[in-house]
Amino acid sequence: MFQIVRKQEMARGTIIRFDISAPKIAKKVKAGQFVIIRVNETGERIPLTVADKDEFAGIISIIFQVVGKTTALMRSLKEGDLLRDVVGPLGRPAEVEKVGTVIMIGGGTGVAILHHVAKAFKQAGNYVIGIMGSKDKELLILENEMTQICDELVITTDDGSYGERGFVTQPLQKYLEERDDVKLVYAIGPIIMMKNVCKLTEKYKIQTMVSLNPVMIDGTGMCGGCRVKVNDETRFCCVDGPDFDGHKVDFEELMNRNSLYLKEEKDSLLFSIR
Amino acid sequence: MLEHDVKYLKFKTYLNTYCPHCHNSFNVEKKDVRQIEFKAVFNQNEVDLKLSPYLDVFDVDLSVPIEKGEVLDDLLCPTCKKSLIVKEMACGECGSPVGEVIISAMSKLIPFFVCMKYGCEWHGLTKADERRIKLKIPRQDMPEQDQTLRVHNFQEVPYGYTTELALLEAGRCLQCKNPQCVLGCPVNVPIPQFIALIAEEKIDEAAKKIKETNLFPAICGRVCPQENQCESTCIMGHKDKPVAIGRLERFVADYERKMDLVRVPIIKENTGQKIAIIGSGPGGLTVAADMRQLGYSVTVFEALHETGGVLTYGIPEFRLPKSIVQFEINFLKEMGVRIETNHVIGNIHTIDELLLEFDAAFIGVGAGLPTFMGIEGESLGHVFSANEYLTRMNLMKAYRFPEYDTPMPKGFNVAVIGGGNVAMDCARTAKRTGATEVTIVYRRSRQELPARGEEVHHAQEEGIKFKLLTNPIRYIGTDSKTVKAMECIKMELGEPDASGRRRPVPIEGSNYIMDVDLVIVAVGNGPNPVIFQSTPDLKRNKRGYIEANPETMETSKEFVYAGGDIVTGSATVIEAMGAGRIAARAMHAKLSALREKKNKPKKETTKR
Ligand SMILES: Cc1cc2nc3c(=O)[nH]c(=O)nc-3n(C[C@H](O)[C@H](O)[C@H](O)COP(=O)(O)OP(=O)(O)OC[C@H]3O[C@@H](n4cnc5c(N)ncnc54)[C@H](O)[C@@H]3O)c2cc1C
Ligand code: SF4
Ligand code: FES
Repeated sequence: MFQIVRKQEMARGTIIRFDISAPKIAKKVKAGQFVIIRVNETGERIPLTVADKDEFAGIISIIFQVVGKTTALMRSLKEGDLLRDVVGPLGRPAEVEKVGTVIMIGGGTGVAILHHVAKAFKQAGNYVIGIMGSKDKELLILENEMTQICDELVITTDDGSYGERGFVTQPLQKYLEERDDVKLVYAIGPIIMMKNVCKLTEKYKIQTMVSLNPVMIDGTGMCGGCRVKVNDETRFCCVDGPDFDGHKVDFEELMNRNSLYLKEEKDSLLFSIR
Repeated sequence: MLEHDVKYLKFKTYLNTYCPHCHNSFNVEKKDVRQIEFKAVFNQNEVDLKLSPYLDVFDVDLSVPIEKGEVLDDLLCPTCKKSLIVKEMACGECGSPVGEVIISAMSKLIPFFVCMKYGCEWHGLTKADERRIKLKIPRQDMPEQDQTLRVHNFQEVPYGYTTELALLEAGRCLQCKNPQCVLGCPVNVPIPQFIALIAEEKIDEAAKKIKETNLFPAICGRVCPQENQCESTCIMGHKDKPVAIGRLERFVADYERKMDLVRVPIIKENTGQKIAIIGSGPGGLTVAADMRQLGYSVTVFEALHETGGVLTYGIPEFRLPKSIVQFEINFLKEMGVRIETNHVIGNIHTIDELLLEFDAAFIGVGAGLPTFMGIEGESLGHVFSANEYLTRMNLMKAYRFPEYDTPMPKGFNVAVIGGGNVAMDCARTAKRTGATEVTIVYRRSRQELPARGEEVHHAQEEGIKFKLLTNPIRYIGTDSKTVKAMECIKMELGEPDASGRRRPVPIEGSNYIMDVDLVIVAVGNGPNPVIFQSTPDLKRNKRGYIEANPETMETSKEFVYAGGDIVTGSATVIEAMGAGRIAARAMHAKLSALREKKNKPKKETTKR
């Protein structure tokens, strides 16, 4: 059993942060790795990236958007409540090295993961440029944290209610035009965002890492449900990823596979209401 | 009385011998009987006859001497007092009266006639005669759930033997001097011995006998491929059908469990040494039990939230009830084995880190990386690996959706690719979720189907279709990218390959399209990479599995042992257990030697 020691609602309560007491995981987890949570005996297993950790307090943080049955259930939990299972750290950590200038791009809840990785890149001595995007001002998360981490930070909103109006690709293009010292782009967010980022950076031949989020069950490489196509090969995201070379990822297929399950998720919600 | 004038009347009964009139057993039901009293009529005089059954052989000698010339008119059943002598029948050898009894059990009546004359050799105290009778007992079927009902539920299909059926089946065992069955069993269960104990109705002792070599008979009895192992070498198989060893094994274990006769064994004195076990499949559990019993403190690390490995996430409830697996695991807990679920070794602790805290480790992580065929359309929706499908259904209990949150993958027209146990399990599971048509698509022919015979039989009974010598070459999707059909090609068998099986080769131009809305790919597994990512110095073989010394199961890393599917590739439950046994034995030897070394200098210092 794992206790929720702190619960924080963000973005009008659609995005929630849990601080969970999990000392062993906190000691081991590195930026980019995730955990799988099962809320209770009848629950499903869902992967959530570790957004932060406090090794000394033995705490890991996760940030999730309420989208389906399980996340809705998780929203209903209070501080002090217990989660049945938390397993991790899973996946390979992000490969963090000193490369020079890096652009870290986060979209929506992707920022939650991004800021953990960005922090690591900063600590490794890189010049970190952050670009974060969201639908509107209210859905924006972790602005303060990102401001602290990044040497430069650009914010975009789809509706222009905050920062620049438009998508993250606009400031990215500007940077790529203006600077020739960008060594790495790291993007986490909606698939369509990562795809567009990769399209752009491919033109400029800049290495781009993306963090993928397919449906998972076990998270240990056993089920193959998380398979993605990278460089025309089938890879299992939970053990070979979640980070992959964005220029080699078949985003089309990932989008198809994920939307499939979205439909099932909805069906399952409907089913349980009925 | 001169010796040559007097003979003893010989009347043979078997362990289960019943009176044909009242169906009362002469001996079996009265367990400790040493003597059975019959009334006999000699020359119209009633005499009391005492029968003393030998306990190890099933014959019975009359202890009353009969003088030459005396005529036995009647032999009366001790219970109903009716005559056992059939007046109109005579011994084929000497023409004397014949007695009728029923051997073995009442559910199958097998009349047997014995000569009643003293001294007549025909009445068969010979082995050959015994065999003849045994061969008359047919192999007993297990009562099972009706096939039309069971496809609507997930309850176990066979109910298991009743005590009566088990006794009858046990009676078929010839108790060979050189039992071939034992050689066929990967862990050499003392088969004739445990069967003899069943026949003597010492079922709890039979359970103990099996557990000398096999800790989990309730599981093995259900899932071992007996027809390729113990039962394939059983002598009875040459004459008739082999003794149903697996069913008896299962009966014994179930009996012991249901009657609450399972006792925690005596745990040896604490050695002070610690063992880490990685993976809670049958291999890991065996090492855990053995080492704990020897006095080591044992911790099992399991990646999933449930223990049992394939027994839990793979094999479905209707074939191996999860309550049985959990019973065995609880038993280990009672023995004092610590179990840590949600621990992915390699990530939360590396093996090297474990070795700082533990004196030895056993890797039994199985071969849990599903293989895909790499054909077009495999990433379409509703194309699952068998592992994913079964994990959803078994581990996550999707079949009880919406009570459980994991949605159930549902199809009406299901194709399962592959011909092993895994494929049968998937097909039968799909059938139970309401699929109207489930087809097994296998590239070789029926003879090569690697699944247990019983599973194939059950699948057929349940209406699963078989498309043999057929292989999919492409999946075709709908606009929304779920599978709607697959293109198959017919195969024929060519030259034998390395495994000795004839290699299937496609028949050109035989392609055709088959409509499907759910595909389950059950074409095998590979080694899981997680443990290797953090332990690069663990030597692996060409296929990527861990290299271990077959005599000790020790790997290239000292104090690290491995066994089960991660060494052999996908194999069987009993082989994983066998490897666990070997590892435990070697580990114990090595650690004991270490203990002694450490203890010796201490003794010297106390002397000084
Ligand atoms: C559907 C199906 C049906 C089968 N039917 C039969 C049958 O009828 N008869 C038969 O004899 N055999 C059958 N088999 C094969 C049999 O189950 C396996 O051979 C056997 O279970 C292997 O045992 P094992 O101990 O090596 O590993 P497994 O049973 O595979 O257990 C390995 C365990 O280790 C855990 N693990 C993996 N990685 C890690 C890690 N890094 N850290 C911690 N834990 C980890 C896994 O989660 C798993 O629980 C079947 C297999 C399947 C999949
Ligand atoms: S363990 Fe398996 S092979 Fe051995 S006797 Fe039992 S059923 Fe037969
Ligand atoms: S989640 Fe099952 S293999 Fe990755």
